Amino acid sequence: MTNLIVELSKYGLTILGALYTLLCFSILKKNEAGQEQGFGLQNLILFFLHFLAYAVLFLQTENEDLLVFYVAQVLMVTFVQVLFQTVYPKCNRLVMNNMCFLLSVGFIMLTRLSYDRAVKQFQIAVVSLLVCFFVPILIRKLKFLSRIPWVYGGVGLMLLLAVMVFGENSNGAKLALSLGERFSIQPSEFVKILFALFTAARLAKSTAFKDVVVTSLFAAVHVLILVFSRDLGGALIFFMMYLIVLYVASKQPLYLFGGLGAGCGASYVAYQLFSHVRVRVLAWSDPFSYIDKEGYQITQSLFAIGTGGWFGMGLLQGTPNKIPYVEQDFIFSAVAEELGGIFAICLILVCLSSFLMFVNIAMQLREPFYRLASLGLGTLYGFQVFLTVGGGIKCIPSTGVTLPLVSYGGSSLLASLLSFSIIQGMYLLREDEETKSEKEKQRSKKRKTKKDPEES
Amino acid sequence: MKKKNNAPKSEKRKKTRKNHEMGMVTYLFTGLFALLIGYLVYFDGVLREDVINNPYNSRQETFAEQVIRGKILSNDGTVLAETLVGEDGEEIRSYPFGDMFAHAVGYASHGRTGVEALGNFSLLTSNAFLPERITKEIKEEKNLGDNLITTLDVDLQRAAYAALGSQRGAIVAIEPSTGKILCMVSKPDFDPNQIGEKWETWNGLDSADSVLYNRVTQGLYAPGSVFKVVTLLDDLRENPQAEDTTFHCSGSLTQGNYTISCYRRSAHGTQSLQKAFAHSCNTAFAQIGLELDPTAFGQTCKSLLFGVDLPVDLPYSRSSFALTGQASEDEKMMTAIGQGQTMVSPMHMALITASIANKGVLMEPYLIDHIESYTGDQVRAYRPKAYGSLMTDVEAGKLTEYMRQVVESGTAKTLNNLPVTVAGKTGSAEYSSDKTKSHAWFIGFSMEEEKDLAVCVLVEGAGSGGEYAVPIARRLFEVYYS
Repeated sequence: MTNLIVELSKYGLTILGALYTLLCFSILKKNEAGQEQGFGLQNLILFFLHFLAYAVLFLQTENEDLLVFYVAQVLMVTFVQVLFQTVYPKCNRLVMNNMCFLLSVGFIMLTRLSYDRAVKQFQIAVVSLLVCFFVPILIRKLKFLSRIPWVYGGVGLMLLLAVMVFGENSNGAKLALSLGERFSIQPSEFVKILFALFTAARLAKSTAFKDVVVTSLFAAVHVLILVFSRDLGGALIFFMMYLIVLYVASKQPLYLFGGLGAGCGASYVAYQLFSHVRVRVLAWSDPFSYIDKEGYQITQSLFAIGTGGWFGMGLLQGTPNKIPYVEQDFIFSAVAEELGGIFAICLILVCLSSFLMFVNIAMQLREPFYRLASLGLGTLYGFQVFLTVGGGIKCIPSTGVTLPLVSYGGSSLLASLLSFSIIQGMYLLREDEETKSEKEKQRSKKRKTKKDPEES
Repeated sequence: MKKKNNAPKSEKRKKTRKNHEMGMVTYLFTGLFALLIGYLVYFDGVLREDVINNPYNSRQETFAEQVIRGKILSNDGTVLAETLVGEDGEEIRSYPFGDMFAHAVGYASHGRTGVEALGNFSLLTSNAFLPERITKEIKEEKNLGDNLITTLDVDLQRAAYAALGSQRGAIVAIEPSTGKILCMVSKPDFDPNQIGEKWETWNGLDSADSVLYNRVTQGLYAPGSVFKVVTLLDDLRENPQAEDTTFHCSGSLTQGNYTISCYRRSAHGTQSLQKAFAHSCNTAFAQIGLELDPTAFGQTCKSLLFGVDLPVDLPYSRSSFALTGQASEDEKMMTAIGQGQTMVSPMHMALITASIANKGVLMEPYLIDHIESYTGDQVRAYRPKAYGSLMTDVEAGKLTEYMRQVVESGTAKTLNNLPVTVAGKTGSAEYSSDKTKSHAWFIGFSMEEEKDLAVCVLVEGAGSGGEYAVPIARRLFEVYYS
């Protein structure tokens, strides 16, 4: 019987995932009431999806702790949704829903991969969400945020340097600072946010050539430190984000193309200089010839995705644990193996929907700092998803970055939730801006003429 | 979003224009994400089966927990491998022919080889009637995996296996018009039924003695005179007058301080190119070798897949051709007669032979003809696939004419009174400083339209091709056309 349920659940989860994803895009065309209904429906779908997944996990493991854990998660998601919507009634529902969707998929996969880690992840999520709850208020209250670029830049650089000097060497890269026995953090996850704020604050103030040079040099130092800490994925993400924000702020495509050209040149130099870069490229270009060593991780990932096929093996039916660092860098492959290729595509689309929403929010903002900061955080998110998914499926060389909100890792989780809530906070500012501009318009209207066919 | 819908149209348009750059960013990232999805779809749709069939993929074991491995059958449905399930549910993989199909069918534990490896995924996939499968799943019973119907011909395999006897070597027969591998024998061999008990011993042997090593595809040998087919092709390509050349053979040719001798130093006298080829005259071919342009020769070899990947699914060794523009005269002479640095696998020679037989077009060789569910419903059939032309139709015709002479009046005369007309080339390849020892080679094909056959026979250290390889080939033709 359990077998049958597992078998059928594959299709159930795929259909629910597809429905949720469909709504992410179709919802935007609807009117306000339709959207309201659609977002509610998304929550319902997510509830069933989460329920079905945990039912399958429980039936197979018969671990009663799972029931408690499941209820705790449902409570958490419900609580977050209700609280945010009560306190911030104008918050962006799609961003909220996607955040909950990604967290839930993460919990499902982590519970399957390692129950202990899933519980740890859950605890961090609860604390992080509590912190994030205050972020929108802070963004509204702290008016000086746009005026302190060097604080962001300075603190960020210091953290990166600290990692480069004191960091633990894990898997060839220096990523983490250890704080005591059980606890370590990955500062680069938070420096990402600082770097986005730095870039936004600097470029919002001026895109005069001289200022661009200074800002770019400072940005280049960030990237170089990451390269020397062997955090290639981090370096790429920082680099791309900076280029994109610079391009939008300056409206100068030359910066973008010039930067991309320089990036290609630098990659070539890095390829020639660093053996670890060559190893990554080799593992990508011909993993099956180096299946025992360099290509091991990526071939295991491909075996996982391939074995899963379109509908997946079903939860607990595959062997995703064979992929080294599956919980952090290759969670996408685990999703593809057990939940299936279609579900994995839905996951990519949900990430895309979040990214598009971020850029959309940036577009609607007027204050340059907030515009660029939202765009920067959105770009960091989007490019990181591209790197981790692309690396897992061997579309591009693997760079060892996490899938935000889904992968295991406290720093990654907290930083991703912070990004989501900062953008959420800026989205709420837009409401302020609009009321303000509305008032201004009305005032100017009174002063000028009362005949304006467009205004009503 | 909500506000946007309420906003007047003109303002909306203005907003979009103002956000031209952000729009570009949106397109860029949507493109990147589309690339990911496209690649994932391509992977799941196209690359998937090859990837998961990789012998390193231990996930295949999870299939084995739900499916009883299917059977491997010959082209007439004879069982070559099957899984027997005991009373207690214990599964034993059984190979009724023992050693005979060892390398072709392979084994499925301690790694996988042969058809067991190529078709592993299908053998562990059940395409039985869906309700039946679901019923079994609910009852937690194993489903029956699909059966593979191979291209292997039991009679031909048995004949090849017997003809090689206790000697070391490799035999492969291919249907040139389709690429079907009809038989594949490599010796020394092993009994796959004993892979469990004997694994340690067998796996410990080095490649020269290894029974697990498939000499057909993995063995590399000096080609000796069978390589004259390649030299001849290049000569025809390079020299428009090649066929009008006459050669004078006094039994040996000395250039500098290096001497090339004909087999048993017999003098062939004055002869045409065709006669020189038919009698496998080393003196004449060494002379041709001196005149050929090494770079063009290299090109011809490359067109015949030396030094490049072969369209072969089994693990194989790449053949090599090492002549360069700076080659010395003795290297040129040696290479032209198939000695020197050139190394080739029997499978590769068989493919060249098959393409000559098939008007220059090489068909990709394959072992699995089609896949059936255990009840006999066809799941998938492999279609013959052309790899491409290794040579033109005219060139293939020319080589056939020359190879026909070898049988009619040359070194393979013993193939004359067969039920079919045969063309071929013998070879005796020296492989060590001991000039009395040589590998016996024969490549050849029947000149039949309907049921054609190309064979390659290699007997390690046996002696001359005419004496030791041709009789084996003869046996294959006899059996196949009886």
